[in-house]
Amino acid sequence: MAAISFDAVTKTFGRNGRESVALERIDLVVADREFVAIVGPSGCGKTTCLRMVAGFEFPSAGWVTVDQRRVTGPGPDRAVVFQQFALFPWKTVHDNIALGLRNKGVPRDERERRIAEAIELMSLQGYETAFPHQLSGGMQQRVAIARAYVLDPDVLLMDEPFGALDAQTRITMQEELVRIARRNPRTVLFVTHAVEEAVYLADRVAVMTRRPGRIKEIIDVRAVRVAEKWDTHERIEDVMDLESFIHWRTHIWRSLREEKIGREP
Amino acid sequence: MTARLTRAETVLYGVAGLAAFLGVWSALSLSGAVPHQFLPAPHEVAARFVQLATTPFAGATLGAHLASSALRFAYGFLLGAAIGIPLGLLMGWFRVLDEIVSPAFDALRFIAPIAWVPFAALWFGTGIGGPIMIIFAGAFPPCLINAYRGARHVSRPLIEAAEMLGTGHLRIIVEVLLPASTASIVAGLRVAAGLGWQSLIGAELIVASTGVGFMMVQAQLNISTTTVMSAMVAIGMVGFLIDVALRGLEAAVRRRGLVA
Repeated sequence: MAAISFDAVTKTFGRNGRESVALERIDLVVADREFVAIVGPSGCGKTTCLRMVAGFEFPSAGWVTVDQRRVTGPGPDRAVVFQQFALFPWKTVHDNIALGLRNKGVPRDERERRIAEAIELMSLQGYETAFPHQLSGGMQQRVAIARAYVLDPDVLLMDEPFGALDAQTRITMQEELVRIARRNPRTVLFVTHAVEEAVYLADRVAVMTRRPGRIKEIIDVRAVRVAEKWDTHERIEDVMDLESFIHWRTHIWRSLREEKIGREP
Repeated sequence: MTARLTRAETVLYGVAGLAAFLGVWSALSLSGAVPHQFLPAPHEVAARFVQLATTPFAGATLGAHLASSALRFAYGFLLGAAIGIPLGLLMGWFRVLDEIVSPAFDALRFIAPIAWVPFAALWFGTGIGGPIMIIFAGAFPPCLINAYRGARHVSRPLIEAAEMLGTGHLRIIVEVLLPASTASIVAGLRVAAGLGWQSLIGAELIVASTGVGFMMVQAQLNISTTTVMSAMVAIGMVGFLIDVALRGLEAAVRRRGLVA
């Protein structure tokens, strides 16, 4: 299994002939089977961080490695869940989930077995032959998560996966993700601007500054989560009522708010 | 745009427009405003049309001439699609191929298909190859351009999704670019069919020994304006039918939700 490592990563974009620094010396390690969330104001480059692990973009300086190997391009060892789902509209639920396994050359029997597992994991039974446009946003994102999980990837990259969902669906999906992560732990990098989501889901939360994005602080939620037995609560609202949860949520909120006020001219 | 019309209104206005067209035509022809040998009246053309359907002219009935034209069209059109669509998709995916093909293609595509007639005649004589080549020259560019544009406009996240799933080049082209470009490709096929069919008649005016274009040349030699007009009507009708068929395909594509 794999760890993600950002080593002095800087990313600049050329805009109208002017260089603009999007990310400045990012150092971050996501340990094997650790769930790390990155939160930050919009435009801080948190998605760019994730995209560099996915291999869609590359650092201007520094290194991004997964399992000690430099990322050179996208691949099925690093499955991505996109905010806008990015399902293939002309493929059924089954065929969307099947594509990655077909690419790997997984034999048909094993493939079908694993697809069935993924469908069960994401409670998609009965929708195998549906097309994405026939499904609600929440269901589409379940398919996208199933498509990622079925690959049994070393690393799971989630780019604001619940950002396009309505509040109700979002909560359900967050609970589901906790359930799945408990059953089937992965190395996860999770990007969001929702603080509660980050605290609820992650072992550690990396807080980023405004552009140019730097890592401001990293908060270890895991110890509290274990000590306070968050995982014994089925429902997100029960966790959110806990003193320990509120403490970290407020802490991160303040941290982000300082960012906004502190940098305004 | 102004307000929508009901279906009945649409039909009514369509019929009215057609009637007005035929009315003006009849009036011009029957009143003697235009000399009769220059412009036959609609009813004479209609009568000749019916006659040509059963009586051979220039060696075959109108139907047989049309069939031979349609066959050439089918070959040229399918050849244009069979080469243009895959090549367009490949160019949309492989930058290098795009850079290699585009300059030559852009230089050639503004040459009207008819301009190839001398070479078509030289290379293929009066055989079927010449007309096919002319139709191909008309049908190929829209097929290529639309497949290429379709492939280039596939949404970035879909391509990224395919790549992160480890999809190879060929499979991305066949299972992502092609379905995502279907609407654009079908629109290209419609343009290609129109250009191809128009080019065919021009080509047959010169190189063929059967076909509607050939028939028109023979009619011209016989100064039979009603025969020429009948052939024109037939060309228009078949062209319209081809377009209806492709519009049907377009609608089917939309219904199946294949539009990204």
